[in-house]
Amino acid sequence: MTNYLSLESLSITFDTDNGPLNVLNDISLKIDKGEFISLIGHSGCGKSTVLNIVAGLLQASSGGVLLENREVDEPGPDRAVVFQNHSLLPWLTVYENVRLAVDQVFKKTRSKQQRHDWTVHNLELVHMAHAMNQRPSEISGGMKQRVGIARALAMEPKVLLMDEPFGALDSLTRTHMQDSLMEIQANLNNTVIMITHDVDEAVLLSDRIVMMSNGPAATVGEILKVDLERPRHRLALAANPTYNHYRAEVLHFLHERHAQPDVPVTQPTVEIAEEARKPALKVAAG
Amino acid sequence: MIPSILNPRSSFNTAWLDKLQGALQGEHFVKVTTGLSRHLLIPLIAIAVFLGVWAAAASKIDTSLGTFPGPAKVWEQTVQLNKEHRAEREKESAFYERQHARNAERMKTDPGYEPKIRSYTGKPTFFDQIVTSLVTVATGFLIASLIAIPVGIVCGMSATLYQALNPLIQIFKPVSPLAWLPLVTMVVSAVYVSDDPFFAKSFLTSAITVTLCCLWPTIINTTVGVSSVDKDLLNVSRVLRLGWFTKTMKIILPSATPMMFTGLRLSLGIGWMVLIAAEMLAQNPGLGKFVWDEFQNGSSDSLARIMVAVLAIGFIGFLLDRGMLMLQRRVTWDRNAVLR
Repeated sequence: MTNYLSLESLSITFDTDNGPLNVLNDISLKIDKGEFISLIGHSGCGKSTVLNIVAGLLQASSGGVLLENREVDEPGPDRAVVFQNHSLLPWLTVYENVRLAVDQVFKKTRSKQQRHDWTVHNLELVHMAHAMNQRPSEISGGMKQRVGIARALAMEPKVLLMDEPFGALDSLTRTHMQDSLMEIQANLNNTVIMITHDVDEAVLLSDRIVMMSNGPAATVGEILKVDLERPRHRLALAANPTYNHYRAEVLHFLHERHAQPDVPVTQPTVEIAEEARKPALKVAAG
Repeated sequence: MIPSILNPRSSFNTAWLDKLQGALQGEHFVKVTTGLSRHLLIPLIAIAVFLGVWAAAASKIDTSLGTFPGPAKVWEQTVQLNKEHRAEREKESAFYERQHARNAERMKTDPGYEPKIRSYTGKPTFFDQIVTSLVTVATGFLIASLIAIPVGIVCGMSATLYQALNPLIQIFKPVSPLAWLPLVTMVVSAVYVSDDPFFAKSFLTSAITVTLCCLWPTIINTTVGVSSVDKDLLNVSRVLRLGWFTKTMKIILPSATPMMFTGLRLSLGIGWMVLIAAEMLAQNPGLGKFVWDEFQNGSSDSLARIMVAVLAIGFIGFLLDRGMLMLQRRVTWDRNAVLR
């Protein structure tokens, strides 16, 4: 057992109105320290569910997650999450958003000044120090996501979990963010699990790409090791045959072997299943 | 301030006040003149048309108390009420002056005399009634808010408690507070027994009636605001392992404040409307009593004076709402709170 993070035959079944729905079935994955893993798969196959189980936000029905050989079953700052829609608190400034996380994680171990410096340091890391006193509503989507990343990094997580971090951004901003992320990763060498829809993003950023089969009962289809020198440059790679080979591999998997049926009537998405689990609280506005 | 010129719905709101303010400060003259035409001129034209229609229609309506008052008559009575108010104040200060003079004189001849000041018992003027109504509505609204906000927060956070309280809220919400009025009156007279009452009973009755109707919109909207906090933000708090208190203070309450204020604004609006009716019905001092007294008085000026009260009620209600909105903008992060 030398693995840093290990997913041990995770399965999860949600109770829906139409009976139990087996979303994930027997997902096993071993991840080394400092490894960058991408999870790719069609919408609704359960990628986010895997991430949420690792984050501790969801409980697996069977199987479990081991981080440094200890089981994790609740959320914690050692597995920081970067959410797709940034999830910054709109009433706090950029600085206060990161500071909230810093204060929470290091309130006992670091002095006020150290926590301030650490907050600023992380904002500088994502090139957002200039907008420290602005509120999320005053900055662009890409900038919000940078702050979201800064907040996650500031927790000094053992594993950084990213749920389609750039999915809501336009493609030009997305490439900037990918470059930034590679730069940060070169310095910090975090262990990262990132969910993505984007084949280029997966190949460019990852050490390994985990391709998931379609749900329900989704599982790990194939794992592709991306053996490209770092630092990677997107322009140089564009003409690189190895890079294009990896791209083709992923595309083949997604669109040939596991093509998405056109109308997934019998496959409620995970999001729906999660909604169904929530206790309904309906209130009429007065 | 929101860029009201971009907001087509704003032509019927108060943006013209802001525009006027901007114009008076003489900034962005060109922009303001276009803004003025839109936000000052159009409402002014509408008001002029309204006054015209009112004057024309009023002259056609004959009641047993004379012709229905038009704008001119109402203005006349506004001036008249103001005069009466000043006359009453003069009488009052004259009354106290006389007492002081008399006491001073008596002290000279009889040093052991303890001077007594009797309070003035003249009839309250229109403006006194406005003040009474405002104090009453403020008291009722404050009591209601102090109860409703905590209850709403707790209901929003605990589904069980919500399920327990929801039927009660839903049943009491549609009850007109005027139905409560007789009960409140009787309970206040039975329970609030004191030789030297700090509050008048009528004041308590009105305030409690206002409280009873101000509770529900605030409870319901606070509940909705608290229970509909973005799931992702709650996940952030779980990842950060925020404690219950920090989570409530840093995430749930700030995220619920816009809804909470919606509830408070609704409550205050309803409270103001209800208060007038309660005062009329219960003969409690205030604007409602003024209206009722004028109605009973039945002089040829009564309708015009009632109309003055109607306009005053509307204008005060508007100012109350606008005050709440300004408070909301000051307190909450949601700077886009729409002026409506």
